Amino acid sequence: MSTPTTPSATPQGAPEAQTSPGAVPSPYSAKSAPLLELLKVKFDNHLLDPRVELGDVVIGLDRTALYSTFETLKKDPSFLFDMLVDLTAVDWMDARAERFEVVYHLMSIKFLYRLRVKVLVPESDAVIDSVVPLWAGANFMERETWDMYGVVFRGHPDLRRLLLYEEFKGHPLRKDYPVQAKQPRIPLRSPEVRNTATDRVRAPLMPKELVQINSRKRNDGAAAPKN
Amino acid sequence: MVSGAIHSESQKKETLLGVDYGVGGVTTHLRSHEVGDDLHSETMILNMGPAHPATHGTVRIVVELSGEKIVDADVEIGYLHRGFEKMCETVDYNQVMPYTDRLNYVSPIINNVGWCLTVEKLLGIEVPKRAQYIRVIMSEISRICDHLTCMGASAMELGAFTVMLYMMEAREYLWDLVEEVTGARLTISYGRVGGLRYDLPDGFGERVLKALDGTKVHLDNSDRLLTRNRIFVDRMCDIGVISAEEAVNYSLTGPMLRASGVNYDVRKAFPYSSYEDFEFDVPLGTKGDNYDRFLVRFEEIKQSVRILEQAIKKIPTGPINIDDPHIVLEPKESVYNSIDGMINHFELVIFGVQPPKGDVYCPVEGGNGELGFYAVSDGTGKPYKVHVRGPSTIHMGILRKLLLGANLSDVIPSFGMINMIGGECDK
Repeated sequence: MSTPTTPSATPQGAPEAQTSPGAVPSPYSAKSAPLLELLKVKFDNHLLDPRVELGDVVIGLDRTALYSTFETLKKDPSFLFDMLVDLTAVDWMDARAERFEVVYHLMSIKFLYRLRVKVLVPESDAVIDSVVPLWAGANFMERETWDMYGVVFRGHPDLRRLLLYEEFKGHPLRKDYPVQAKQPRIPLRSPEVRNTATDRVRAPLMPKELVQINSRKRNDGAAAPKN
Repeated sequence: MVSGAIHSESQKKETLLGVDYGVGGVTTHLRSHEVGDDLHSETMILNMGPAHPATHGTVRIVVELSGEKIVDADVEIGYLHRGFEKMCETVDYNQVMPYTDRLNYVSPIINNVGWCLTVEKLLGIEVPKRAQYIRVIMSEISRICDHLTCMGASAMELGAFTVMLYMMEAREYLWDLVEEVTGARLTISYGRVGGLRYDLPDGFGERVLKALDGTKVHLDNSDRLLTRNRIFVDRMCDIGVISAEEAVNYSLTGPMLRASGVNYDVRKAFPYSSYEDFEFDVPLGTKGDNYDRFLVRFEEIKQSVRILEQAIKKIPTGPINIDDPHIVLEPKESVYNSIDGMINHFELVIFGVQPPKGDVYCPVEGGNGELGFYAVSDGTGKPYKVHVRGPSTIHMGILRKLLLGANLSDVIPSFGMINMIGGECDK
């Protein structure tokens, strides 16, 4: 039983089992046990600090080596990380030299490996390569990260806000965005403005022969923008 | 309205999808300077705005139509964004629990369990066996409620109002059970870090089995009304097909992934909270269309019923909270009668649960798929960052692709079978 102490800044109350991370066998770690060795063997030059934390295999990556490493992770037959489970960012403010840490969670359906990849991105140059060509599910995830943190994903087909409206000012999940911030009033969108669906560059998903539409002309007679 | 024929500029008689519509019809609203070789026709932009009688949830789908065919679609979510992740950074780990209720609000206990497991993983603890079994029981009841809501609402949007009422009645039986245990039907805040808030009442097992009997009757009736119904099959079969590779590439999970044939269920792949003690199957689809998704959900209800029957039979006795005064509040006798109890209570209430520094990602199987919480702790009582990997957000990423080339009437079944829950999608 603890004696009365004044509250201190150190974390109190951690049970004894926690002193060695990963000591408690977790169902999430059992399948990833061979993964760490495989990663070290395959990528021994540019993985930053591969480790097991609380049962999860975590690696760091350099921004420049990001896309090629992910391509190998996805296509290599010993890993086959075919699903991008989650993509988000953490704002470390001044605690680290580089402010944002983009965190990717990968999973292999075949081997049931789970991997966390962390990439540090500085505030002055908050740009990182997009992984949408590898995993199409990254589309919405990267849009949400841009929306909330302001990290630009270079190569994303359609980087705009996902959960907030277009006229929102700022990136709310940053630590310097106050919880009680008030947004300015925005003017009503004009009904004559053409709707967002048609003015944007259309991602070419449809085969040309499926739908044939006539040459579109806008209301004022001008030709449709060439996409 | 322009008739179905669409001519190209060169006046070659084009066919739309190989069907010859014959000579084009007459349009009366032409701009006269464009009559001639080039029969002017325009695509129509239709806004299925955030409030729509046939889409359950606040989602805006702007479709560009050429007749009935969708040429382009823009899916806009975020109408229910409430700043969940920002709020979580301001409160304690246990105070996050009511926020998680409101994520996937048709299966709130699964969200609670997911968050509790995340914090317990950060702390490195495991709750007692009885708590794990109760979490399984309540999660499966929630999962059945989720699937009933999805199937009922989708059936109603396709016109089968009776099925909706049957499913709602079945859901009422289950909500009565949830109310017995937690006190509320929907926003229950039942989980606690380190265990649960209340134990099960006496005789709960018999009442669960009785409720499940009532649910089975309604499910059988709905089955007889829908699964071989000509209209239902025509609206749902071969619509919104997703292949297995595409489904994995688009990060789909849950019934959407399993309907495409990929055998991935978090309860089987990464069993948590004693799911490995139960015997149940994972229903898989073959074609990945809306009909398969419907049937997968149907079968999952039956499997959940199986798990419930096993869990009620095998539930162990014992405590429901872990025995650590720095994580779980001590009983009041100890708080009022001993100095240490008083101090522990005070510290836990004022400073909260304080996991060590680190970050974890913990997935659970939600009604829609893999619900994951990514929590970053900086050693204090408030989380540094919480991120919800909500399956609904990610599933909306594929909706545009499903709608391109489809008919306007396919928006409703496709959207309904994705089961986008606004709270989970928009956080």
